[in-house]
Amino acid sequence: MVDSALKPAETGFIARTLRESWPILVVLALLALAPTLSSALENPFLIRLFTRAVIFGMAAVALNFVLGFGGLVSLMHAGLAGIGAYTVAILAFHDYDGSKLFGVFAGTGNLAISIPLGMLLSAFGAALTGIVSLRTSGAYFIMITLAFNQMLYYFFVALQQYGGDDGLQILASLDLAGFDISKRATFFYVALAALTLELLFFARLVDSRFGVILRATAQNERRVIALGIPPLRYKLAAFAISGAAAGLAGALWATGQQFVSPSELSWVRSGDYIVMAVLGGMGRVWGPVLGAIVFVLLEAFLPSWTQFWQAPFGLVVILIVVFLKGGLIDLVGAKGPRAPGGGGH
Amino acid sequence: MASPILSVKNLNKRFAGIIATNDLSLDVMPLETHALIGPNGAGKTTLIAQLQGELAPDSGHIAFNGADITREPAHRRARLGIARSFQITSIFPGFTALANVALAAQARENHGFKFWTNAANDPALVAPARAALETIGLDHRADIVAEDLSHGERRQLELAMALAMRPSLLLLDEPMAGMGRQDGQRMTRILAGLKKDYAILIVEHDMDAVFALADRVSVLVAGAVIATGDPGAVRADPAVKAAYLGHKG
Repeated sequence: MVDSALKPAETGFIARTLRESWPILVVLALLALAPTLSSALENPFLIRLFTRAVIFGMAAVALNFVLGFGGLVSLMHAGLAGIGAYTVAILAFHDYDGSKLFGVFAGTGNLAISIPLGMLLSAFGAALTGIVSLRTSGAYFIMITLAFNQMLYYFFVALQQYGGDDGLQILASLDLAGFDISKRATFFYVALAALTLELLFFARLVDSRFGVILRATAQNERRVIALGIPPLRYKLAAFAISGAAAGLAGALWATGQQFVSPSELSWVRSGDYIVMAVLGGMGRVWGPVLGAIVFVLLEAFLPSWTQFWQAPFGLVVILIVVFLKGGLIDLVGAKGPRAPGGGGH
Repeated sequence: MASPILSVKNLNKRFAGIIATNDLSLDVMPLETHALIGPNGAGKTTLIAQLQGELAPDSGHIAFNGADITREPAHRRARLGIARSFQITSIFPGFTALANVALAAQARENHGFKFWTNAANDPALVAPARAALETIGLDHRADIVAEDLSHGERRQLELAMALAMRPSLLLLDEPMAGMGRQDGQRMTRILAGLKKDYAILIVEHDMDAVFALADRVSVLVAGAVIATGDPGAVRADPAVKAAYLGHKG
């Protein structure tokens, strides 16, 4: 527990990752076997299940950067992911029917363009709303992010041209700079690689000078100001970075499903991401990945047991949170921090 | 005569009818240790908060090194060289002692937008942080998570954080608050060692410490300074005796 609290890493990044974060390396390695397992069992459902877990995991990791390390309980990450998803889908829509977006921009099915653009727009959405929401704290912050989430939700519902309530089917063929990633296994590996890169990125970020300021602000904002650091600009940058990562998850979600729908943007989904982060453990960058896997498995298998599956689901969540205060990461020996933002990667 | 490092002129602050600061004027000279004493509710912490920038005064002026800082936000005053330690210990409980102080050193450098390099390994931050811990005598506890430190050690840690900011003026709000006799005496010794390098405005209830450390003492009653002078003269002042020291015996 002590070693998570910003102790100098005598051994360097790789050795430290092996020591402190080996469970996630095992999990990523096991996930990489999912396509093989799926084809061996001739069960395509499995690969869809784990694709869902990986992408939900990406969104929950994005959220946890501001939740677990910044102390910001955001209920708008489904909306931010939705911006990324709709960017991919709308550009693909215009690519398919040859029309122009705003009468100016041609569409594209090239994800090398639409995904970065989606991330940029998500970051922009996070920054713009953050200017307002980050001036509040506690319950007010939660309520304002909830309101922004619903504004995004109804914004996309109102876009009749892009399917409105019914969602938007992606009919154009999508490619990643010329590479075809439409096969389920290929797409799964792309998503898994994206998750791995995301984890690496946030692991470095939380221990950087920027990350230290964010974690300190979560613990004692008044002290941060007294030291001479104005916290708002750091929180704003963190929220934008988190938004970009959520946008990436949303863009991949749209790509994998070939479909986007406003229902994925509802605030309930935002709540799901919080559940994944808390369930997995907020004290580590990778904790929410464990949460996402458990969440997706419970969501898939409990309904076959009872149609009131949310009841046992809730019970499992309560039990995990009560008995493992740091989430599932406690179970694998990587204790979370006792104070918000105190953790390492 | 040298000009004051901190000059407060006609400062006023009211909270819903309560006068917390009443036309208060006060100077702190370079390298002077200036003690602020007064009964509970005299407005000592409110004054410190206005000097640090957490509270805005209703009227009056605060000048630091000759420049008006009355409207400067708290974080900019900190960077100008004003460091505050809080009456109620204010640290980062989840960080190690060293990381607490390293963040103070980082604040001074103004390089917060570094996203990749590990801050805990950065010698530019760790070296000054260790030096500040050594000055305070807390270097042997550097790797302990702050919430596991004793109360006295946390008070020391807060002082080390203030020093790592490389300030020229220390605003110390009851640095011995809640300490036992032994810890209090240690803190007095530490402050006596810092006296020659910093201008200090210290709020303190421990009169032994005040008279041991202070070059000058100001007595605050109901938001106004009723006496300022060297410790001996203030102790003898009949108005002070009536208002404050008399009650304490």
